Amino acid sequence: MKRRDFLKSVTGVAAGAMVPAPAIWSAAKADARSETLLIVSEGGPNNLDIHGVGTNVPGYEVSWNCYDRLISHEMKSGPGGVPYYDRDKFKPELAEEMNVGDMSVTFKLKKNAKFHDGAPVTAKDVKWSLDRAVSVGGFPTFQMSAGSLTKPEQFVVVDDNTVRVDFARKDRLTIPDLAVIVPCVVNSELVKKNASEKDPWGLEYTKQQTAGSGAYKVTRWTAGTEVIMERNDDWVGGPMPKVKRVIWRMVPQAGNRRALLERGDADISYELPNKDFQELKAAGKLDIVSLPFSNGIQYLGMNVTKPPFDNLKVRQAVAYAVPYQKIMDVVLFGLANPMFGAPASKVTEVAWPQPTKYFTDIDKAKALLTEAGYPNGFETTLSFDLGFAGINEPLCVLVQESLAQIGIKTTINKVPGANWRTELNKKEMPLYTNVFSGWLDYPEYFFYWCYHGNNSVFNTMSYKSPEMDKLIDGARAAAANKDMATYDTDVKGFVDLAFADIPRIPLYQPFVNVAMQKNVSGYQYWFHRRLDYRALVKA
Amino acid sequence: MLTMIGKRLMFAIPSLIGVVIVTFLLTRALPGDPAAYFAGPAANKEAIEQVRKKLGFDKPLIEQFFRYTADLAHGDFGNSLTTGQPVATEIRNRLPASAELTLLGLIVSIVIAIPLGILAATRPGSWIDHLCRVTTTAGVSLPVFFTGLVLVYIFYFQLGWSPAPLGRLDVFYSAPPAVTGFYLIDALIARDFETFRSALNQLILPAMTLAIFSLAPIARMTRASMLAVLSSDFVRTARASGLSPSTVIITYAFRNAMLPVITTLSMVFSFLLGANVLVEKVFAWPGIGSYAVEALISSDFAPVQGFVLTMAVMYVLLNLMIDILYGVIDPRVRLEG
Repeated sequence: MKRRDFLKSVTGVAAGAMVPAPAIWSAAKADARSETLLIVSEGGPNNLDIHGVGTNVPGYEVSWNCYDRLISHEMKSGPGGVPYYDRDKFKPELAEEMNVGDMSVTFKLKKNAKFHDGAPVTAKDVKWSLDRAVSVGGFPTFQMSAGSLTKPEQFVVVDDNTVRVDFARKDRLTIPDLAVIVPCVVNSELVKKNASEKDPWGLEYTKQQTAGSGAYKVTRWTAGTEVIMERNDDWVGGPMPKVKRVIWRMVPQAGNRRALLERGDADISYELPNKDFQELKAAGKLDIVSLPFSNGIQYLGMNVTKPPFDNLKVRQAVAYAVPYQKIMDVVLFGLANPMFGAPASKVTEVAWPQPTKYFTDIDKAKALLTEAGYPNGFETTLSFDLGFAGINEPLCVLVQESLAQIGIKTTINKVPGANWRTELNKKEMPLYTNVFSGWLDYPEYFFYWCYHGNNSVFNTMSYKSPEMDKLIDGARAAAANKDMATYDTDVKGFVDLAFADIPRIPLYQPFVNVAMQKNVSGYQYWFHRRLDYRALVKA
Repeated sequence: MLTMIGKRLMFAIPSLIGVVIVTFLLTRALPGDPAAYFAGPAANKEAIEQVRKKLGFDKPLIEQFFRYTADLAHGDFGNSLTTGQPVATEIRNRLPASAELTLLGLIVSIVIAIPLGILAATRPGSWIDHLCRVTTTAGVSLPVFFTGLVLVYIFYFQLGWSPAPLGRLDVFYSAPPAVTGFYLIDALIARDFETFRSALNQLILPAMTLAIFSLAPIARMTRASMLAVLSSDFVRTARASGLSPSTVIITYAFRNAMLPVITTLSMVFSFLLGANVLVEKVFAWPGIGSYAVEALISSDFAPVQGFVLTMAVMYVLLNLMIDILYGVIDPRVRLEG
């Protein structure tokens, strides 16, 4: 009996130590809790500065909330009444006024704007920051060039409070590109003090701390564990945020993130599996927001330079063999917009994304494959990015099953996340699934990256068609010159051509899913799909 | 004794050099292009080349290697690209987190496994022997992440006894001033009992998870080694001389059965330290295992090299310590041997 007592007492001690813990909050801690927002997500930032080398997507969220830009977007009512950023309406953030001229735009800065260290925000800071964005190389420079912002000479200090941005050419995307995350305004004096000859832009310094004028500042950052941000009470970029402190914890296990939400310990989470979101939605204890990615599509791509996918009939056969609805139901649990099965009578819209007229028809697919000269099918590989295996793996298995029915035998090739980009760049994978979404929500922007013959990284199919290039270039020029009639014809033209030639098969428009407690409100959808703490309210 | 330690450390040097070379080459042989990965989702070829140049991956392999060893000689492990921090700092911060968890798990495991093993050995075939067999088999055959998730589900989600699985401390506590890096000890040094309790509460579930997993080797080894010793002549003599059963078992038999158990313990410890990645993932524990795995997934060379090197050094030190312990426990084991 002694042994049994011993064992009992051991577990007893363990349980005893556990019992009293969470029940007791001291008064101060309870206060802190009501003013603090606890966010849990899978990954955290690797750099607090979006201009840094290899800053990851969570890093963008820090930049968005801790730095200001000259301008930002207004909100409009989106799907389901959720505030959704308005692509066409801008509001001032650091700027007080914006005057758009023919070949330049002038910004007057707010006079009372201050950086976190108390230094005033001047035109010099703005110029230095924009110079930095177009000079550091890598992603920020690339993003700036998407709006034809490429040279430091384009940014001119007029006086202490006025900056002018000269256009390199007429481009409809220049002003929207000034409202994305990259052209943020950095405290130039502070950063220059901490720069070195090897690192003239002070990237090492801003990697570790925020040096902006934004609504929040990072007070503690333990990489891979947590980020703590405090409100900047002197912020002038907009109405004072309600949340005083944001604690952002990394919880790698999706099941635990869900448990934290359901127990009411965490306030907001995203990056949960679709199945969990669907179940949480059904349970009704939490607010779930599901909104489509703006300008984003998950697709099945085919390499059109090599047989068998250089044959249009083969591509059409695949497009008729994809089990679209099954993917929607089984893989996504309905949390996506279908991009297939439009009625034959539907007129092409001047919009992107929009559904194709393809649907699952195995007999038709078989007939097309026979016509193409492959009555017995062929063998190929189907690749996907393991980094998003939760969606990609079941999706590929369904496609594999379906293709087997028309005689196409596929081997599934799982590519590790680190390797995926390299594989895409090689442009050798015959058949693969991938997702693309553009920050700037314009059809010609999407098509320029994904279908243009200049063969960018995202034209993963190596698709080249002079007719397509003419339409895309035409739409870009027409948009710059405000020739909307030509623009509309060109957009409809390239959408129709993309669906007729079908080098990539659109599957669905994915949703961004966010789950939050009932007492949290004010969620806004942004093109970058990360959280904007400034609008959030915790009751 | 001191010359022995010195000699042992000298022997370790060639293996450490080997580890440096092999990890360097292995990380370079990993598939995946770090430049492409870190250039971000919207990069073109030029952007990737710019990043590659910045990271120094455009240089020949041999030059990269010499630069790496030169940095190592200065105690510089390089920078991690995924977390953006110097690897040496990260390992210094994360190693105590893993070590604290592993040690506590091991202590819990020892406290349960050794008595269980001894009891099973003294009464082979009895119910306690079967209990020992069933618990250890169950413990080792359940994957750790599964045990962890089940514990979280029961004690946090259903019963609400345990705090949220959010790492080493509750969100609203701050870490005690670092002395050892072990929160329990640091909190005691700072006389901050609230933090101590919070840290302990966070530790219980992950430590139990590890303990359940490591019960098997310790209990089985204790049982086997005790059985061997109990059937030996000196134990029979002791019994025949009329010594009480507890004196025979604890003083004579157990002390002699300890050597293999200690060896097993050291192996279990080093194995747990590196392999508790899954427990760290489940409990959002900022430990060294999850750090290394994340780095591996994103082809981030520096942390992987740093991790392997740290582990190699730890193995060397641990083995040395075990050898010294042998001598203390059993004077017949001469260190010079």
